Amino acid sequence: MPHDPSVRRTAFIEGARAFAPLIIAVIPFGLVFGIVAAGSDVGPWLGGAASVIIFAGAAQLATLQLIDAGAAGAVVIATALVINARHLMYSAALAPAFREFPRAARVALPYLLTDQAFAISIVQFDRVEEPVYRRWYFTGAGLGLWVTWQISTVTGIVVGAQVPASWSLDFAIPLMFVILLVPTVKGRPELIAAAVGAGIAVAAADAPYGLGLMIGAVSGIVAGVVALRAMR
Amino acid sequence: MSDFGVVFAIGIGTYLIRLSFIGIVGDRTMPDWALVPLRFVAPAVLAALVAPAVLLHEGVLTVGPATNPRAIAALVALLIAWKTKNVGVVIAAGMVTVWALQAIF
Repeated sequence: MPHDPSVRRTAFIEGARAFAPLIIAVIPFGLVFGIVAAGSDVGPWLGGAASVIIFAGAAQLATLQLIDAGAAGAVVIATALVINARHLMYSAALAPAFREFPRAARVALPYLLTDQAFAISIVQFDRVEEPVYRRWYFTGAGLGLWVTWQISTVTGIVVGAQVPASWSLDFAIPLMFVILLVPTVKGRPELIAAAVGAGIAVAAADAPYGLGLMIGAVSGIVAGVVALRAMR
Repeated sequence: MSDFGVVFAIGIGTYLIRLSFIGIVGDRTMPDWALVPLRFVAPAVLAALVAPAVLLHEGVLTVGPATNPRAIAALVALLIAWKTKNVGVVIAAGMVTVWALQAIF
């Protein structure tokens, strides 16, 4: 069974199919990133390359916003990596399944580890334990998102080059963050983390090197932890 | 640092975060002191990204429809995002609100 090529094909297709319903939600993010990147200091070429190099929507959008605001390089990097820190949880949760994969897959596949690929795979890994199936299912879901992300980004870049600045399309970036924010506020500690993060980020907006976002974010995280402790 | 250097460093860092437990730390459960703060990263960071971008206009806190239409449009988007998960609807509502306010005031 592990060497049966049809298992790989079946698993890959099933992974890609599980991702398919999410295409509708991913496309607008890629389009917005591309459109705004084309008109920003980052520019169309580096914007397009960022989708391959970083391959993480929220971090890419934040990077655009921070570079355009003139934040220091080190601060942009640190902020983007804090945004991507959630992948630590995904990596930890998937590690037991990935231990059964060949070394090359263990090195290459984490590149495709996203919110969506994680959410899809962790559910299916509960149902199917076969390592070959799991590896190709994850690859199908991960590549499905990767291809969708690259196509929608490039489309956005091409469209963005035609859009005049008076359309205020850069406003779509905070709108994207609003869409991502709402489902993360699952309870009162999360609400406190968000409120403190927002308030401090506004108060610290004039901080040097573009550190205001980081100061707000760290304050919000600390507030959430404190709130959770207080509730226990 | 060049913009490319910044993007490249974020790419390498993000890959290493994704690789962390799978390829480096190994098959171990995450300790609570790391897990609890991670739970608040998304709401705190996202709120910190949104608030200054929509509440400040040229560095000044203002929420009037004429001085800062983005604040009101973001509030409209927030309420709609709370009710629907449709990304296109939320973006359209926010953008149309901004355009309408800009046209009126």
